[in-house]
Order: sequence, then structure tokens, then C-alpha cells
Amino acid sequence: MSLLVLDGLSKSFGGLAALGNVNLEIADREYLGIIGPNGAGKTTLLSVLAGQLRPTSGKIVFDGQDITGWSADRVASVGLVRTFQLMRPFESMTVLENVAIASHNKIRSIPKARDHAADVIDRVGLGTYKDAMSGTLPTAGLKRLELARALALEPRVLLLDEVLAGLVPTERAPIIDLLREIHQDGVTVLFVEHIMAAVLALSERLLVMHEGQQLALGVPADVIQDAAVVDAYLGEDY
Amino acid sequence: MLTTERGRIVLGLFAITVLGIAAVYLFGGKDSNLVTQTVVTGLLLGGVYVLVSLGLTLIFGVLGIVNFAQGAMLAMAMYLVYFMVSSAGINPYLAVVLSAPIMFGFGWLVQSTLMNRLITDVGHSRPLLVTLGLSLLISNTLLMIFGGRPLNVPSPYAGSVQILGAIADVPRIIAFVGAVIVAGGLIVILRKSPVGLAIRAVAANGTGASLVGVNVKRIYAMTFGLGAASVGVAGGLLAPFTSLVPSAGDQFTTLAFVIVVLGGLGSVPGALVGGIFIGLLQTVGSLFLPGSGPLLLVFGMFVLVLFLRPQGLFGANK
Ligand SMILES: Nc1ncnc2c1ncn2[C@@H]1O[C@H](COP(=O)(O)OP(=O)(O)OP(=O)(O)O)[C@@H](O)[C@H]1O
Ligand SMILES: [Mg+2]
Repeated sequence: MSLLVLDGLSKSFGGLAALGNVNLEIADREYLGIIGPNGAGKTTLLSVLAGQLRPTSGKIVFDGQDITGWSADRVASVGLVRTFQLMRPFESMTVLENVAIASHNKIRSIPKARDHAADVIDRVGLGTYKDAMSGTLPTAGLKRLELARALALEPRVLLLDEVLAGLVPTERAPIIDLLREIHQDGVTVLFVEHIMAAVLALSERLLVMHEGQQLALGVPADVIQDAAVVDAYLGEDY
Repeated sequence: MLTTERGRIVLGLFAITVLGIAAVYLFGGKDSNLVTQTVVTGLLLGGVYVLVSLGLTLIFGVLGIVNFAQGAMLAMAMYLVYFMVSSAGINPYLAVVLSAPIMFGFGWLVQSTLMNRLITDVGHSRPLLVTLGLSLLISNTLLMIFGGRPLNVPSPYAGSVQILGAIADVPRIIAFVGAVIVAGGLIVILRKSPVGLAIRAVAANGTGASLVGVNVKRIYAMTFGLGAASVGVAGGLLAPFTSLVPSAGDQFTTLAFVIVVLGGLGSVPGALVGGIFIGLLQTVGSLFLPGSGPLLLVFGMFVLVLFLRPQGLFGANK
């Protein structure tokens, strides 16, 4: 059975259909890459799934439960967790505190939550920055912090919005390894990314979006051969 | 934990204060006993200002609204203590301790039943108006129940003691100590408890907090409750030396607002340091300036800080 089902999902901003009738079934433990040109609606899709935006129409079913219209914190608590394309940490708080808030979702005890947060921080490779004010982190550190906050919620589905953007290739490699590891641990991933090498390296299936529509969906190697996809998106870069 | 920048600001402000007082002693041309008396009076007045600013800064910092009902809630807490003392005959300071959870419940209820429903994407103007309405409602309810005739809460510790030759009113000393305890308690809650962590996260970025599983509306209710509890303690501690009328809280609100902006929105240490500083500035200023001169000094200082450091002394850099 599918873990996540999007049934005729649409979202309009005024007259603009940022998402138009998306139908998608995502299997448990799947790694789904999502690509598309700027403004294709990728971020909007993640925002709707995370409960931040209410869909104009359509339904979201997670693990057999209709979660359409749930608040963001409730969605996060059941394990559907997103990261931000533009990182926004709680700047006046330390890295450890940033992550501990997420850990507290499942853990009441303060020392236990801090230990949990510290483990997650080590895992994403931010160990030396634990007590730094999060506002002082460089871009690569902020990306890792976004990941750490999401992981501390022990998600079943991770919605990743361009976690590699703004990183130089040497900074990307360890994050790509980490993402592979997270997936192998049993987390389902929706991976919005512009960096094709990473998308192709990690994705089991690939969704191409264009103007809020699904343009193509399938095995990555096939999808990128598709003439329509090349026209709409890959044309310029290829 | 103090960041180094905050540390510098505290040290700087402390140095300015100490140097200023020393200068008044040395070059002010005033009798040194008079100066000592003025400093002690200023510190105690500062304690009062700290008390009335704490709840305001918390609510302002997290919910992003000025609580127009601050003054009315202060009066409400004073009457609550008056009621407990006059009807049950308990010690007013025990009544203060009891009024804190009652005011917490009141604040929590107001936020979760009224204001949370009005918080939408359109902004914070509607909850703001609710606090205005709440202010009128509380004042008039107090007027209806207790009338407009001034009442007073007798302190069992009325009287004064000598500090370095200066005379200090005991209820005011107790209020000062209470201010420091409430500020310290709030700092501990904000730094060390899961709820405090969530409150700070919501203050920094509400959307981000909701995405890590924080129920933002619950945190709003907790914050308004905590703010109201601080106001509750404040009202109770001020009652023994305040003439109790339904508008008794209003005299403090303008200066409380100045202190909150000065100290940085949402900053408890800022309210503590700012309140004491303003108290000192006002009384020491009165040695040299007649009439409302000291207040002009305070507002001059306020404008200067806004100009040099718009986020307030302890506000986060934006
Ligand atoms: N809050 C909003 N209000 C109005 N329009 C919006 C809003 N958010 C997104 N849009 C519009 O919806 C469309 C889809 O935007 P979205 O951010 O989802 O694209 P994207 O695929 O993530 O693009 P990018 O690759 O640049 O991140 C765009 O035309 C955008 O301008
Ligand atoms: Mg985007």
C-alpha cells in the first residue's frame, strides 16, 4: 500500500494555479526526486503536504489517514516533515536548542531531549557547532541544521527542498551520503532538487513538474530522455 | 547564557550608571546623604518599573502585539489581592502568590478562547483590538464591583528601614526583591524548560516552530498566561503602596512601554536592566531638573536609544 497518496491536489494563489490537479502515490521507503523549472510549483507542493498551505482542492492521505487541512504542527508530529529552501533557524538560539525543540516533540525529559538532539547534530556533522548561536552558521552549516531539525522529529517522510543549493561540490558529497543513509534507514524521501547529478544518484523515481502540472513520472533514466521534459526543462542546461 | 555582545551592553550600562552616580556625588554639589537617598529611591522605583514591564515584554515579544489591557490587568490583580485580604483576612503576600496562578488561568483563557481565533494571515490588528476591548471590560467590571472610591491594601510590614543612611520603605523593598525573583523565574523558564524553548522558538519564527511540531496557538496561550501571571504578581506587590482605583494600573503603562522597547521586545533581562536604569535616571534627574524635567530626560534617552539601536538594548539583531 502507498504511504502517501495525493488525490487531485490543487493550490491556487488568486488566479494562478501553482498546483493543478496532482495525483501521486508514493510507496513506503521510496526515494522520489522532484524536478522542474523555477516556479513549477515544487515548493508549493511541499508546503501543502506539510500543512503550511491549505490545498484549494484535493486530498492528502498519509498512512491510510486523511490529513488534508491538518495544522503544520500536527502533520509534523505524525512524521511528515519538511525542510526549507531558504533556511530560517531560530537565530537567537544555539544549534543544540534549535534541534532540541524538535526532539521535545517525542521526548518530555529535558536531558534526554538534549542528548537526542546532540546525537542528531553529530550525525549531520555539526558536532563542533553545538553551542554556537545558529544565526552565526555559514550556509553549509545552516543546511545541515535544517536537516538536523527535521531528523530530530524522527520523520517517516522527509520533504527536502533544495538542501544542496548554495553548497560547493565538496560540501554536497557528505550530505548526499547522509541522505542515502537516511533513506536506507527506512525514511521515505521527496527530494526537490535542481542539481541533476544528485537527483539521478539518489532517486528511485523521478517526477517532473511544469506550471503546477505533472509533466512526467517514472524511472529517472527514462524520464530524462522524454522529449517533452527536455523541452520544458532540461533543454537549457543540457 | 550571555552572548558577548549582551555582556558588553550590560557592562556598558552598568559602567554608565556607576560613573553617573559617582559624578553626581563628586560634582553634583548636592549633600551626599541626599544623593544616597535619591539612589535608593531610584532603585526601588526601578523595581516597580521592572515588575510592570515583565508581562508586557513577554507578550509583545512572542505574540507581536502591544497588550493594551496591561494596565487594567494590573489593577485587576491589585483588586484580586485586596479581595482576598479583605474577605479572607490572609497575608497580602500570600495573596500575591495565590493571584499568580489565577491570573495565569485568566490570561490563558483570554488567549485560547478569544485571541487565537482571530489570529489569521491578515495580521495582528484584531487581537490588538481585543486587548483594547478587554481593557475597557476589566476596568468597568472593577468599577461595578468595587466602585471608584480609593481602597488600600494594608501591608503587615508597613514601615521603613535604613540602608546606608537612606530611608527605604519596606513594602517597596519587598516589591524590588519580588521583581528580581519574577525576572529570574521567567529567565529560568525561558532558558531551561521545554515550554520556554518553544516560546523562544515561536518568538523567533512562528512558522518554523510549527514545522518542528510546536503548537503555536498553545504557546500563545501559555505566553499570555505567563505574562498575565507576571502582571498578577506585579499588581499584588504594588498594591500596599498604591491607592486602589480601577484606573490604578494606567499610570505605569507608558513607562512600561518605554522600558520594553528600550530593553528589547521580549527580553526579560532587558526589562530588568532597563527598568532599574529608568528608575534611577528619573530620581537622580529630579535632583537637578524641576517638575517633569526627569521625565523629559527619560524620553530623551528613549529616543536616543531608538536612534542608535532600534532593536533595543537586548533585542536580537535583525
Ligand atoms: N505565497 C504565494 N503567493 C502567491 N504566489 C505564490 C506564493 N508561493 C508561490 N507562488 C507562486 O506559485 C508558483 C510556484 O512557486 P513555487 O515556489 O512552488 O515554485 P518552485 O517550483 O519551488 O520554484 P523554484 O525552483 O524557484 O524554487 C510561482 O509562480 C510563484 O510565484
Ligand atoms: Mg522552490
